[in-house]
Amino acid sequence: MKILVCISKTPDTTAKIAFTDNNRKFGTEGIQWILNPYDEWYALVRAIEIKEKDPSAIIHLVTVGGADCDQVIRKALALGGEEAIRINTEPTDSFFVASQIASVAKEGNYDLIMTGKETIDFNGASVGGMLAALLGMPFVSLAAKLELEGTTATLIREIEGGEETVEVKLPLVVGCQKGMAEQRIPNMKGIMGARSKPLKVVESHPTESLTEVISFELPPAKKGVKMISSDNPEELVKLLHEEAKVI
Amino acid sequence: MSVLIFIDHTEGQIKKTSLEALSYGAALGKSMGVPAEGILLGTVGEDLSTLGKYGIQKIHQVSSESLNQLDSEQFIRIISTVAASSGATVIVLSHTNTGRAIAPGLSAQLKAGLVTGATSLPDLTHGFQVKKNVFSGKAFCTVAIKTPLKIISLNPNTYPVVVGEGTAEIISENIALTPSATQIKSVSMVSGEIPLTEAEIVVSGGRGMKGPENWGPLEELAKLLHAATACSRPVADAGWRPHHEHVGQTGIAIAPNLYIAIGISGAIQHLAGVNRSKVIVVINKDPEAPFFKSADYGMVGDAFEILPKLIAAVKKLKGVA
Ligand SMILES: Cc1cc2nc3c(=O)[nH]c(=O)nc-3n(C[C@H](O)[C@H](O)[C@H](O)COP(=O)(O)OP(=O)(O)OC[C@H]3O[C@@H](n4cnc5c(N)ncnc54)[C@H](O)[C@@H]3O)c2cc1C
Repeated sequence: MKILVCISKTPDTTAKIAFTDNNRKFGTEGIQWILNPYDEWYALVRAIEIKEKDPSAIIHLVTVGGADCDQVIRKALALGGEEAIRINTEPTDSFFVASQIASVAKEGNYDLIMTGKETIDFNGASVGGMLAALLGMPFVSLAAKLELEGTTATLIREIEGGEETVEVKLPLVVGCQKGMAEQRIPNMKGIMGARSKPLKVVESHPTESLTEVISFELPPAKKGVKMISSDNPEELVKLLHEEAKVI
Repeated sequence: MSVLIFIDHTEGQIKKTSLEALSYGAALGKSMGVPAEGILLGTVGEDLSTLGKYGIQKIHQVSSESLNQLDSEQFIRIISTVAASSGATVIVLSHTNTGRAIAPGLSAQLKAGLVTGATSLPDLTHGFQVKKNVFSGKAFCTVAIKTPLKIISLNPNTYPVVVGEGTAEIISENIALTPSATQIKSVSMVSGEIPLTEAEIVVSGGRGMKGPENWGPLEELAKLLHAATACSRPVADAGWRPHHEHVGQTGIAIAPNLYIAIGISGAIQHLAGVNRSKVIVVINKDPEAPFFKSADYGMVGDAFEILPKLIAAVKKLKGVA
């Protein structure tokens, strides 16, 4: 069983969101980078659990980005995985990233490719589905459970208004979300071991991107809060009905 | 040339998010000077031609019952085929669980630039630029789609349902179905609940509610307001409430007309998922709770004392005993 886990760096969840270059770029100064929570908590940890049950399984990690990703990759390796591959190029859009990963995935002959359901910065929710289409593999989005039995995967995925249990033969691409696994904290042994695990840097291959970021903007600031006395919920209801017109 | 809009349905009913997508696609078609058409896979209870009132001229239908469940591989195949045969230049879907399952595959297969989570109509003055949510609701990004065929998935609750007049012509598409690699074993629906992403009003509770046994009044308030219920992450983590109610940066992002937060401190990761709500009400016993800075209306006090009085006031407004 060969598993590829796609990981991405994202700004720490408390990071101040600001833009530079005439609002064309995200301001990275002073930003702490973390592993995208969906990739870390769900995709990677579930892959590690699979390996714990089947020690012959091999886990590789892949990311698309510059050298500023390395610290986050080491953190992922501290949790688990035998080696990591960094495709050395700045990601331009989801299709570009999926195409880059697809070329690595083709070479590696993976049985299972796992991504988070989306990144918490660009919120594209697209790389997994695109990757599957490029590789001609089935894709299960928003998966909350994954069990393997030989070469058959049984998954629970979230659908509109409920959930669907599906069965698929490997190889397969899975978009992972809550329910899949529980967050883990790397231990000292993991952190020490991560330093000597291979981190292969490979060059990107030429691909077009289908979209282009033009600009960023922040939402308009709130007008300020209107405080209502806790003795007077009727006043609140009246304001919601007559002023805000939402009830 | 046309705008092709994917119409989703569950349990025989067309999704409200699809009515938003139809209205959005129709407006886009109008500004591009091309017709807007729908595509529906499977069967629904209602007369499809009446969907013409949302501004679409035709509906392509593949009426096989097997398509009433989400079969993403099949959906991608059929939509690609119909997009090609109908000459679509833009495909519109909703950024829902269904949209997430199929839009990326469609994009890669058709080499069509995709913007997920769009929040407004494209700006056509400089090419084709679409605004979307980024940083989990903390910012917006304008993205240009560079390919001839374009795909947009629209965020729920951001574009109004616009009703006019007209009937749509139903075109029955004869497309052979091939079995998918992904086999659906069973489906379980959560019935009787308003889906969180579609709800116009959301009543949400945090750790300040103290325990799962205290959710009664919160649910009563939600029911009175036809609202969905939500919660903060620690509440879902502790198992007080189901995981699908967890909103925020690592949960569901929502944009209802009204979000009522009870006993939630307003951590930045929580705000990320809810700050697109049009009106926010915060009830918290701590006047220094950070949530008040992002609220429209606030009330300082004990939720357990306020809730019964608030419920009584809503009952009075609604004229229920
Ligand atoms: C990477 C990361 C991702 C995260 N993602 C999310 C996310 O997606 N969603 C999310 O919600 N959180 C998320 N969090 C957690 C977040 O930081 C906060 O810890 C969490 O939102 C706090 O939940 P809370 O407001 O319910 O609890 P608390 O912060 O404990 O707040 C409880 C509030 O209740 C008030 N209160 C207490 N008793 C009463 C009473 N009787 N009446 C009225 N008010 C009362 C208190 O004054 C307090 O303000 C994330 C954290 C990290 C690090």
